[in-house]
Amino acid sequence: MTDDTASSDASRDTHDTAPGEETIARNEPAAGLPGYLLGYGLASLLTVASFIAARTGLIYQPAVISALVVLALAQIGVHLVFFLHLTSGPDNTNNILALAFGVLIVALVVLGSVWIMGHLDQNMPRMKPQQLALLTLCPAGTLRLASAVNRPAACR
Amino acid sequence: MLGKLDWSAIPFDQPIPLGAALIVFIAGLAVLGWISVKGYWPYLWHDWITSVDHKRIGVMYIVLAMLMLLRGFVDAIMMRTQQLFAIHGPGYLPPEHFNQIFSAHGTIMIFFASMPFMIGLMNFVVPLQLGIRDVAFPTLNSVSFWLTATGALLVNMSLVVGEFARTGWLPYAPLSELAYSPGVGVDYYLWAIQISGVGTLLTGVNLVTTILKMRAPGMGYLRMPMFCWTSLAANLLIVAAFPILTATLAMLTLDRYLGFHFFTNEAGGNQMMFVNLIWAWGHPEVYILVLPAFGVFSEIFSTFSSKPLFGYRSMVTATMFICLVSFMVWLHHFFTMGAGANVNTAFGIATSVIAVGTGVKIYNWLFTMYGGKIRFDTPMLWALGFVTTFTVGGMTGVLLAVPPADFVLHNSLFLVAHFHNVIISGVLFGAFAGFTFWFPKAFGFRLHEGWGKAAFWFTLLGFILVFAPLYVVGLQGMTRRLQHIEVDAWVPWIVIAAAGVAVMLVGAACQIAQLFLSIRDRDQLRDDTGDPWDGRSLEWSTPSPPLPFNFAHQPHVENEEPYWSMKQRVIAGQEPKTNRQYEPIDMPKNSPTGFVTAFFATIIGFALIWHIWWLSILGFLGAYATFVVFAWRDQAEIVISADEVERMDHDRTAARLAWLRRREQVS
Repeated sequence: MTDDTASSDASRDTHDTAPGEETIARNEPAAGLPGYLLGYGLASLLTVASFIAARTGLIYQPAVISALVVLALAQIGVHLVFFLHLTSGPDNTNNILALAFGVLIVALVVLGSVWIMGHLDQNMPRMKPQQLALLTLCPAGTLRLASAVNRPAACR
Repeated sequence: MLGKLDWSAIPFDQPIPLGAALIVFIAGLAVLGWISVKGYWPYLWHDWITSVDHKRIGVMYIVLAMLMLLRGFVDAIMMRTQQLFAIHGPGYLPPEHFNQIFSAHGTIMIFFASMPFMIGLMNFVVPLQLGIRDVAFPTLNSVSFWLTATGALLVNMSLVVGEFARTGWLPYAPLSELAYSPGVGVDYYLWAIQISGVGTLLTGVNLVTTILKMRAPGMGYLRMPMFCWTSLAANLLIVAAFPILTATLAMLTLDRYLGFHFFTNEAGGNQMMFVNLIWAWGHPEVYILVLPAFGVFSEIFSTFSSKPLFGYRSMVTATMFICLVSFMVWLHHFFTMGAGANVNTAFGIATSVIAVGTGVKIYNWLFTMYGGKIRFDTPMLWALGFVTTFTVGGMTGVLLAVPPADFVLHNSLFLVAHFHNVIISGVLFGAFAGFTFWFPKAFGFRLHEGWGKAAFWFTLLGFILVFAPLYVVGLQGMTRRLQHIEVDAWVPWIVIAAAGVAVMLVGAACQIAQLFLSIRDRDQLRDDTGDPWDGRSLEWSTPSPPLPFNFAHQPHVENEEPYWSMKQRVIAGQEPKTNRQYEPIDMPKNSPTGFVTAFFATIIGFALIWHIWWLSILGFLGAYATFVVFAWRDQAEIVISADEVERMDHDRTAARLAWLRRREQVS
């Protein structure tokens, strides 16, 4: 409609570029075949490392789970940078924001669910240690709760 | 060979569903026959069914939504009349049928009436407002629509073949597990929602990409019309929330089909996890529905007050605030499930806080009207009806957000009245407002004003008459989903609510009359200007209906209201009159992929519901083959030559130029 009147290029906000106006960063380390090979190497390395952590005594036993979590996060990072080409360049703002939004929602739903589900017995009377022990000892469905003072909880 | 399917699936002994099915079947045959006699099949196939034009897909979405809205309304009438007839008696619907009706009412109204209506409006309007020629993935758009239609078809098929779920619109476990719902009803629900859910998710991806990546040159984020902002927020929510629904229903499906124990009573299943997960989707879902409606109202308040939207930036902030916080409130749907004070308080406060975002919007709309030259056309009436009644619904929502109050009101008709109060005045009024507002853009003629106003007043009055009594009986302790009524104190209110439904029925009849009479008198109602409401955003700069490529020349945007400033420049005589060069335009080629995929999806769904395994495998193979054929196509686009573009542009704008010349002569 107004092809002839578009003139205010100078006043345009560079952080708010419209499609077709952004430049593509060609200097990212993850570009081209070498990038994919590097990424593949790093991903394989991290995979091997997690197997070593789990299957050998190289790492102090109680710390294995933490080590696996760290290695998994590093794996996610490698995939994002080398295969999904996520960079911190201005043309990647949308992708970074999408990732941040996704991580936030997953965190809200997972942590929220854990919190809620762990809280659902709050309005119930506390179980006695003996009852708790029976709960884990009795085969499924055979727990009989205490019904009177002289009939304590037991397995059926 | 046919799995669980045999003649006992057809309800020969139940006259109501059988009669209804027969009427629908005969009406459908009549329509098909009429199309065949008139020879409209090639036109329908080439111009609609295989079309990848966002405008036509939008129109088809809205047609589907309106049909399903009627179906859901029939269910509503049956529920209200059943309660009227079932005072100290059995009524005319047996309990198992009544349970199917309220389940189908909720399912249809949310998934197949509200969702397609909003998605249809977004599909039609967003690319036009952004100044672009189509959405990011046009064929995917067609696939989305047809998959939604598949879901709607499956739900309606359950009327005749088998039964529908009796579990409510969200199939709470363990009631929906095989042990308590052995029939095919829940399976119909699961596969219909899963298939249409895929369509919805694809729409979300499509529209988010479109809005983020495809705006006209110069249209920065803070120059987008408000409807595009709310569409962006709604589609972000679709992308984030629908996978939760898909996963939750997939787990229930595994329980029912393969003997898993995610939500069962025994073997470590946890039915509370189902409630938790389904609402983690369910609460964002209500904002998926209402945010686009907020966008519609923003456009309408601004246009019909002849003023720019008040507080544009605060409106954007409020929209994105709601988008985020809608993921932090889901527990308020199950305050009574057993969580302690800490959890309930946190979610109660979050729920009250989200009302602040909506409050900001309400004040912005009021201040948009303040000092404006208000025109009371039908879309504006819907918007005014919305802003008054929605506020009441919002306030009862804030009341329900207080956990102690919720413990008293949980599952009562007060709750039912609350969510109908917000969904009808928010989503439904928004849908009708948007429908009336953009109808002239889609078809080139206005809807009849008199019938539209009558429809508004009857719908508003009926809506208040139905739901105000439900608030009262809810406070008196009446719970939802009662098949019969034994308390005399509720009776007068139930009678008023039933009378309200009759008034709403008159409103619906006015709406239908409006559509038919407007089509009949379309020549008197013709809009030559392309801008019947003195609009402000880019869609009104196109002729009505817009050309297939929307814009012969790509617009350049310099402020928040590009078309308004364009008009002001023309009025001031500043617009240079030059002969513009036309250039060839690449447009996506029509494709039957969506329709064929949906055909196979229907087969898959039906086969899985009835355990016809070989047929479901055939369906999967067919759907996959369709995808392969589409992926290996040689030609994805057609080129419209510059001469053709020029000819089409001149043809379509001739009426507008003639109108302009007539106006110049008068003045």
